[in-house]
Amino acid sequence: MKKFAWILTLVLAFALVLNACGTPAATEEAAPAATEEPAAAATEAPAATEEPAAPAEPFRVAVVMPSAINDLAFSQSMYDALMRIQAEMGGPEAFEVVYSENMFVVDDAAAALRDYASQGYDLVIGHGSQYGTSLQEIAPDFPETSFAWGTTAETFGQPNIFAYEAASQEGGYVNGVLAATLSQSGTIGVVGPIEVGDAKLYVDGFKAGVMATNPNAVVNVNYIGSFSDVALASEAASTHLSAGADVMTGSAQMVVGAIGKAEEAGALWFGTQSNQSSLAPTVVVASQVYHWEVALSEMIALIKEGTLGGQSFRANLANGGEVIEFNADYALSDDAKALADSTIKGIIDGSITITLP
Amino acid sequence: MITDLFSTTVLIGILASGIRLATPYLYAAIGETFSQKSGVLNLGVEGQMLLGCFAAFYVAYSTGNLWLGLFVAMIVGALMGLAMAFVTVNLHAQQGISGIGFYLFGLGMSELLFQRLMGTVETVQGFPKLQFPVLSDIPGIGEIFFKQNILVYGAYLLVPLAWFVLNKTTLGLKIRAVGENPDAADSLGVSVARIRYFTITLGGMLSAIAGASLSIALLNVFQQNMTSGLGFIAVALVYFGAWKPVGVLGGALLFSMVNSLQLWIQVLGIPIPSDIAVMMPYVLTILVLVATVSRVRAPSALTKPFERED
Repeated sequence: MKKFAWILTLVLAFALVLNACGTPAATEEAAPAATEEPAAAATEAPAATEEPAAPAEPFRVAVVMPSAINDLAFSQSMYDALMRIQAEMGGPEAFEVVYSENMFVVDDAAAALRDYASQGYDLVIGHGSQYGTSLQEIAPDFPETSFAWGTTAETFGQPNIFAYEAASQEGGYVNGVLAATLSQSGTIGVVGPIEVGDAKLYVDGFKAGVMATNPNAVVNVNYIGSFSDVALASEAASTHLSAGADVMTGSAQMVVGAIGKAEEAGALWFGTQSNQSSLAPTVVVASQVYHWEVALSEMIALIKEGTLGGQSFRANLANGGEVIEFNADYALSDDAKALADSTIKGIIDGSITITLP
Repeated sequence: MITDLFSTTVLIGILASGIRLATPYLYAAIGETFSQKSGVLNLGVEGQMLLGCFAAFYVAYSTGNLWLGLFVAMIVGALMGLAMAFVTVNLHAQQGISGIGFYLFGLGMSELLFQRLMGTVETVQGFPKLQFPVLSDIPGIGEIFFKQNILVYGAYLLVPLAWFVLNKTTLGLKIRAVGENPDAADSLGVSVARIRYFTITLGGMLSAIAGASLSIALLNVFQQNMTSGLGFIAVALVYFGAWKPVGVLGGALLFSMVNSLQLWIQVLGIPIPSDIAVMMPYVLTILVLVATVSRVRAPSALTKPFERED
């Protein structure tokens, strides 16, 4: 029996770790991908790397992300931003992008970051606060390469590290104001992953927005302890619905499960990180979307001038790094739309200040 | 605030969502029970679930036919099971390690297919919640038992069915004999290889249905690694349930109910940090196991490859 006790312990431990961490083992195949991606990207941009006769060298960016580029959340916000810059700069010939996704294991991410740096990319992005210590170690070895990491304000005093973060509480506040206005029951549910960082900022800002609009409203918050457990996120949403919620929001990629439940019950949904309207066009009211290209464009301009880092950037409503994108398919009343616009204006001009706990 | 937990809304909520959450565990763990009863530890459940999850979703998404999706998922699961059986029965591979291999294969393959074939998160119209005349309208009871989708009922029907097959049929006797004493079974003319092929393939099919129950019945969405460790919990539940379908049912329900309880604890604002609350189902499972582990005995031949002595 002893033998089975340890197998079992192992299995349980495995389950707990998997559950908490999201996509750890994905790196098993993402790790080799780290070295192969540049090759794959080369096919996307064949002219860029191979032709010495090309008029100008392309600007080359590599990014390492914890989840998938199409997670409709954190990683996608970065991927979409890079694609927008690429379109603006004239395609892959002028702006080359390679990426490694699903790099939840920091060790593998560090190896990928180092690989990219040694291949001479102009800008290597570690898109995840967990990559900070790795970059702190790697950046000094590649003084000619510029690095960026987020979400954080910390550059470690390194002359070749840029930092970027989002004032997620601002969009959270706007969403909260609208949520309180649209809620008939006065009960609002929030499905969060783990009570840290970007998710916590968003949730706290959301609560502040609700309370500023309707002090009698009840905001129930549920952190499910996972970035990937879609089933539990879905049950968390059901729980909110049973508790009387008619408006919900949530942060991170596992909320796709919760959005499904909201749609089924006809409860309204507010998104964050990426535009989530496509998942449930009838109930998504608005999404706070990160437009990292605002910060990235500044970084790129600085790099071209020879400044490789040492500055931090903050995406917010004022600088266009955060945009509230309304779902065109949802008929938002003119009053509510006006309220949202005036709230956004208030946050930008400073007449509204958001107090976080 | 603790007293809020005992209101009818909360109790109904916990029971209804506990019954739903237990569904994938039941399919996967019953399948695993068959395979372990015959002496094979299959740690690839999670990978089989993920591929089943994707196969069901993709077929349902592109054809609009849910039953076809379920059918294709079963075939995919059966193929995964057959491969696992070949590796463990014919090649005598170490079961734990090859299971992990199959898990990683399923994880990677489902991601790859998702990226290539879908590219983004989409939704489908999954199996609807059934409405029973009269029964569904009973307050409370209706909400808990009579407003679930068809795959939920299938999972619970599987429990007595599995019990019957394992304990009351010749096939069940053979499965148990192969898992306890393969040499004796072999000498009595039972083909150890054939029985193990059968149980592992069945396990693969049921794991794939577990995945399908998520992607086309409970959640109606596919996302990479969306099972997030569920398959490993299912393996643990087999030990928890002492290799008995009813025990597995008890374990699955306990785990799921505690999970939905912790969701309510946070919603009701009971001052327990969320990090502690989410640990509750796991901690409780371990505690129950520690308390009961001395009373149960695993199939004697579990994890041991069978080699015929001539």
